[in-house]
Amino acid sequence: MTLAIDVRGLNKSFGDKHVVNDVSIRVEAGRICGFLGPNGSGKTTTLRLMCGLLTPDSGAGEVLGFDIIGQAEEVKRRTGYMTQKFSLYEDLTLAENLAFTARVYGLDRRAARVDASLERLGLTSRRGQLAGTLSGGWKQRLALANATLHEPQLLLLDEPTAGVDPKARRTFWDEIHALAAEGLTVLVSTHYMDEAERCHEIAYISYGRLIARGTAAEVIAASGLITLRGEGPEADRLAHRLAEAPGVETAAAFGAAIHVSGEDRSALEAAIAPWRQPPYRWTEVAPTLEDVFIQLMGRSQDNVS
Amino acid sequence: MSGFSLNRVLAVLIKEFKQLTRDRITYALMLAIPVIQLILFGYAINTEPRHLPTAVLAQENSRHARSIVAALKNSAYFDLVAQARSPAELDRMLRTGDVQFAVTIPGDFSRRVARGDRAQILVEADATDPSATSGAVAALAALPAQALAHDLTGALAPRGQPPAPFEVVIHRRYNPEAVTSYNIVPGLLGIILSLTLVMMTALSVTRETERGTMETLLSTPLEPLEVMIGKLAPYVMVGLVQTAIILTMAATLFHVPMGGGWVGLAAGIGLFITGSLALGFLISTVARSQLQAMQMSFFYILPSILLSGFMFPFRGMPAWAQWIGEAIPVTHFLRVVRGSLLKSQGLADQWRELAALTAFVCLVTALAMARYRRTLD
Repeated sequence: MTLAIDVRGLNKSFGDKHVVNDVSIRVEAGRICGFLGPNGSGKTTTLRLMCGLLTPDSGAGEVLGFDIIGQAEEVKRRTGYMTQKFSLYEDLTLAENLAFTARVYGLDRRAARVDASLERLGLTSRRGQLAGTLSGGWKQRLALANATLHEPQLLLLDEPTAGVDPKARRTFWDEIHALAAEGLTVLVSTHYMDEAERCHEIAYISYGRLIARGTAAEVIAASGLITLRGEGPEADRLAHRLAEAPGVETAAAFGAAIHVSGEDRSALEAAIAPWRQPPYRWTEVAPTLEDVFIQLMGRSQDNVS
Repeated sequence: MSGFSLNRVLAVLIKEFKQLTRDRITYALMLAIPVIQLILFGYAINTEPRHLPTAVLAQENSRHARSIVAALKNSAYFDLVAQARSPAELDRMLRTGDVQFAVTIPGDFSRRVARGDRAQILVEADATDPSATSGAVAALAALPAQALAHDLTGALAPRGQPPAPFEVVIHRRYNPEAVTSYNIVPGLLGIILSLTLVMMTALSVTRETERGTMETLLSTPLEPLEVMIGKLAPYVMVGLVQTAIILTMAATLFHVPMGGGWVGLAAGIGLFITGSLALGFLISTVARSQLQAMQMSFFYILPSILLSGFMFPFRGMPAWAQWIGEAIPVTHFLRVVRGSLLKSQGLADQWRELAALTAFVCLVTALAMARYRRTLD
């Protein structure tokens, strides 16, 4: 087993804000690792630390076998990084953007690579179009093509599908899986649970701390969460009242139904007791990643306060 | 809801004001610019310079010669800074710009005064900037009547309302007809290059930061020097094209003399373009937005116009303002351009200005490299 990412005890502060707090992550080569956590939890900063865009205050690590501090240039050469905000040149055409990147990385057969990349995107006919005129989904695919043009061994994607429609997201993820199949390691941050489930493994970060790690099934199992699904007239309206009940960690409406989760089965049963009788129907379901993450978010907030 | 609502106006007004105070640099510049500029330019600018450096070539060591030198000093327009030993040395001092005036007292001066035989002294003025010399030249008119008043007593004392004992011959060198455009047009070369090049490059890096493309740029193997050279090279071309246009128009439309000194001029243009671009790059590494970059560029350009000798005589400024002026590359560039075109200066006359420009280029490039972040820290 080779590790594409092996960083230990990373810390980064901006002013008095401790944005990344003792984060250690290992990712095996060829895996897609989903990087999750609420807004402002330090995901972007961690990604930037790994690709040499930021220098950690303390901590150490290797990315692709190179020291992230001393050999940042080597890491940069072998890593593709896609920023959260579209950051190609909007006033250059698709082909010009790709040609620029090809030159910056000193690639050979530049024209052929650009052509192949546009071909793969299915954008050959629009190669002369300005990048700024593309729709959101196409922009992200272009950015991905741009980030992989120099055939990196590691791809760092920072919320690549934010604001992109479901179909474009699916296409995007198909491409990521195709790249991983070719041996690329991918670390991708996201807020979408369906995307998290498409990853080989996930890492959950909150308030700068890594608090859960493993495959989706492992993370769910490790949470020890029990989820009851309630259906019935206006069951979804119960969320507010159930959330207050002792032993209930989360209570959230799912369509017309409600999911109530907690670790203590008897407390959970006690909480739903007033609505146990018909017309309400309760079944135990497997907790979803979302249930787990809402639980994790609640916990880490407690830790902080 | 339609019509005019004062409350909605107030909403916008409050928002604008808050945003303004949140942008600290803009806020600081808005308050600092009027204060600094007013104090700076209010005290520095003086359109009638006095105490102009003057060299004297006295070909006779006589009482009269000493009296004339003393009278020149007393006028407050002339500061005697050098004694030339030969006409060639005197000419060199004027050409290099070490002195503004060169006074020659001929060897037979005293004899001619004694004989009443049309005695003359020669005053050569560096008239590349006509306004810098006009006051002093006007003051020379009074010199013959007063300079020798104490010397010529007794038998030599003229009676009644006498003719002046000697006359002052004035040569306006380099720009005999005192054509203002001969001075302004070459100067404009420096100002126009500063305006476009500093501002364009200042915006170029800030734009990358503002649009977020900087993050991608930094994640690539690009080295800071590679970014800088790559970004500045196109503007070198812009600068060269501008120079060609301005010089061609100066020659054809304004008939500015093209004296020569092409080697020094070419070197000066090259250094000045590089220095302006490097300065723009430095500004862009400090400014956080394009607006700030713009304001900082203006902060540099105003003294370039007012303290460089472009608009107002350099020697009219107090010493402290001249020191500031010396730190501005436009000052040195103007001397090179005017020196080359109007005074046909050679490299030997210009090396100090070229050295100053070189120092500026090196310093600013080093600062820009030090400031340029290869990370987002």
